[in-house]
Amino acid sequence: MGYLRVRNLGKAYKRYPHKWGRLAEWVGLGVRHELNWVLRDVSFDVAPGEAVAVVGSNGAGKSTLLKLVSGTIRPTTGGFEAGGRIAALLELGIGFHPAFTGRQNAFMAGNILGLPSQQIATLMGEIEAFAEIGEYIDQPVRTYSSGMQVRLAFSVATVLRPDILIVDEALSVGDAYFQHKSFDRIRRFRDQGTTLFFVSHDTGSVKTLCNRAMLLDQGVLLRDGSPDAVLDYYNGLIAVQRAEYEIRQVEGDSGRTVTRSGSAEVTITSADLLCEGISTRAVRSGQPVVIRIHLRAHEPVAELTVGILIRDRLGNDVFGINTFHLDASSSNVAAGEAMAVDFAFAELNLGVGSYSVSTALHSGDTHLALNYDWWDRSLVFQVVPGARSGSIGVCSLPVTVEWRRHTIGNGSPIAAYSADGARLDLPSSANEPDGMVAKPRTAANRDL
Amino acid sequence: MASIPLFRRGMLRECWEFRGFILSSVKRDFVSRYLGTQLGFFWAVAQPLAMIVIYTLVLAQIMKPTLPGHQSRFAYSIYLCAGILTWQLFSDLLNRSVGVFVHNANLLKKVNLPKLALPIVVTLSALSNFAVITVLFIGFLLAIGEAPGSSSLALIPVLVLVVAFAIGLGVLLGTINVFYRDVEQSTSMLLQFWFWLTPIVYPGRALPDFLASMLAWNPMWPIVNFAQTIFLEDRVPAWSSLIYPTCVAITFLLLGLFAFRKLSGEIVDEL
Repeated sequence: MGYLRVRNLGKAYKRYPHKWGRLAEWVGLGVRHELNWVLRDVSFDVAPGEAVAVVGSNGAGKSTLLKLVSGTIRPTTGGFEAGGRIAALLELGIGFHPAFTGRQNAFMAGNILGLPSQQIATLMGEIEAFAEIGEYIDQPVRTYSSGMQVRLAFSVATVLRPDILIVDEALSVGDAYFQHKSFDRIRRFRDQGTTLFFVSHDTGSVKTLCNRAMLLDQGVLLRDGSPDAVLDYYNGLIAVQRAEYEIRQVEGDSGRTVTRSGSAEVTITSADLLCEGISTRAVRSGQPVVIRIHLRAHEPVAELTVGILIRDRLGNDVFGINTFHLDASSSNVAAGEAMAVDFAFAELNLGVGSYSVSTALHSGDTHLALNYDWWDRSLVFQVVPGARSGSIGVCSLPVTVEWRRHTIGNGSPIAAYSADGARLDLPSSANEPDGMVAKPRTAANRDL
Repeated sequence: MASIPLFRRGMLRECWEFRGFILSSVKRDFVSRYLGTQLGFFWAVAQPLAMIVIYTLVLAQIMKPTLPGHQSRFAYSIYLCAGILTWQLFSDLLNRSVGVFVHNANLLKKVNLPKLALPIVVTLSALSNFAVITVLFIGFLLAIGEAPGSSSLALIPVLVLVVAFAIGLGVLLGTINVFYRDVEQSTSMLLQFWFWLTPIVYPGRALPDFLASMLAWNPMWPIVNFAQTIFLEDRVPAWSSLIYPTCVAITFLLLGLFAFRKLSGEIVDEL
C-alpha cells in the first residue's frame, strides 16, 4: 500500500498547425500534428510512507506529472502503478456551487472524490469540526469568505486518510492558522504511513514535510535526492537564470524592472556573491560570504564610496552599508582604473528566503550628492537553511538558551505562570533562586 | 495508433463506484434550476403544465384543427402532446450531451472521474424531467376521460430507443464538440429543423408523397408515431416500424462509443 512505481512516463500534447488538421487526420489524411513534449521519460519509485516534493520553475512539468499520477490525464508514453487509494488535491473547491449550502456542497465534493453519500453522512461531523465554519455550514456557499470555502473544501478532501496524497500547491491558501492546521493534518497522515507527493514553491514546507525532493526542469527529471541537496541545486539553477535575465534587461535598456542610474564617471561592471572563494547564488544561513563589486572608473574622481543594500523579496531593506561608514572609501581614483571591492561577512545571518543586492557608487555618505552609478538588484541570491535552521524572519540572530530552575528551601515555586503564560504574582521571599519554573518558554517558540 | 477496444472492463464498474456522484449531480441539476425561487417544485410542474394548457386550449380548442379519422375534440391535443413529449426527451438529451464534456471541463481536468458518468447524469436528468411531464400528461388524459390503457406499457421500449439514439448521437457530437465547438452551435439549430421535419405538429398523412418518402429516412418519425398511436388510439402499432430506428440508434451508439473511446484521452488535453 502506498507505493508508487513510475516508468518512462512522458506526456506530449498534440499541436496542430492548422485548425482543420485534426479533422483531416480523423478522415484519414495522414498525421497532421506535431508533438509538444512537456514531460519526458520520467522514472522513479516511491516507497510507502515517503514524502516527496516536486520542485521546478513554472512550466517545468510539475503539474503535468501530478495530473498524470492522479489519473486526470493520460500518459503518452510509459505508465505507473500505484498501491492503494489516491487522493489528489489539484484544486480545492471543485464541484462547489455557490447557491447550495456548505453541507450540500460537502456531499457533492465528497461524491466527486468517489465517496458514496452514506459514507459522507457518517463523516459529516468530522468535516464540520475540521472546517470550523460553525453555523455557516447550512448557509449558501456564496455567503462564504474565500477562506471559509477553502477550509470546507480541504476538510472534505482530506477527511479520509488516503494511501497516497497528491497536493498541488493547494495549501498556499487560507489564513495562517488554517495553513498550520492543514499542514498538521498532512503531517499526521504522513506519520500514519500515507505517501505524500506534492508540488511546492515553498522551500520551508518542502524541508519540514519531505524526506525527498525531485527537481523537474523542462519536462526532465533533473535531480532526485534529499531536499537539501535538490533545493540547493535548484536555487543555484534559478539564480543563474535570474541573473542572466537581469543582465539582459539592463543591456536591453529597460529601466522598468531594474533601475540603473547615475552620472557614470565610475560604473559597476558586475556584482558577485562568493562562498569559500566560489561564485554562488545560494548560500546557507550563517555561512561566511563575500559580496564582490567590480567597478571601472571612466573619469578621475576625488572620492569614491561603494555601498550595498540587501533587500528581501518584498523589497524591504534588510541591511545596507557603505565604505564611507566603514572608513574605507577610496580617494583619487584615476580614469581607466578597474577595481574590485569585497564586503566580507563572517556569518551571513539572514533568514531563509530570496534576497537582492543593490549596489551604489557615489561620493560622501549617501548617493544623494554625487551619484556615479546605482544598480538596483544587481545580484539576487537565495538563503537556504543552514546549521541553525528553524528560525523565521529575515534575520537569523545568534541566540543561546539557558534554563534556570528557581527554588526556595522547601521546594515551592517562587515564580509561577498561568496557563496563558502570564506571570502570576506570588509572595516571594526567595534568596536562593535555584528551583523550577512552571511554564518554560523558549526563545525560538515557532507557534507564536 | 494501437486499436482500442470498444469496451474496457471496469468502465461500468467505475461508474457504479461513482453512483453517489451521479445521483447527487442529477439531484443538483433538478434542484438548481428552482433554487432561490419561493415556489420551488411548483415551477417544475408549472412549465410543462402551461405547455399542455396552451396546446390543448389555444391550439386545439380555439383553432379547432381536425385530425382526420378522429372524432374526439381532444384528439389533436393528445396527438400534439404525445409527439412533443417524446421529442422533448430526445432534444433534451441531445442538447445536454453535446455540451457535456465542455461544460464539465473543470471537473474533468481536476478530478479523476469516469467520464462516462457524465452522459449517465445527462440521461437521468432528462428522464426525471420527462417523468414530471408524463405524469402531468397522464393526469390530463384522466381528466378528459381518455385514460391510457395497457398499450401504454409499450412506451417503455420506445423510451429505451429514444435514450439510446440520443445518447449515441450526443456522445459522438459531444466528443467532436470538445475539438470543434461549432458542433454545439449547430446542434440546437439542427434540432429546430428536425422538429419540423418530424410529424409532430402536423399529421404525417398530410405530407405530399415525395416529402413523405424523403422523411421516411427520419428515424424519429416512427418513434414519435409510435407514441402518438399509443396515446391516441390505445393500441400498439406494428413493432416492425421500429426496426429502422433501432438500427440507426445502435449504429450511433457504437459510433459514439467508438469516438469517445478513441478520443477520451485527448478530451482532457484539449479542454
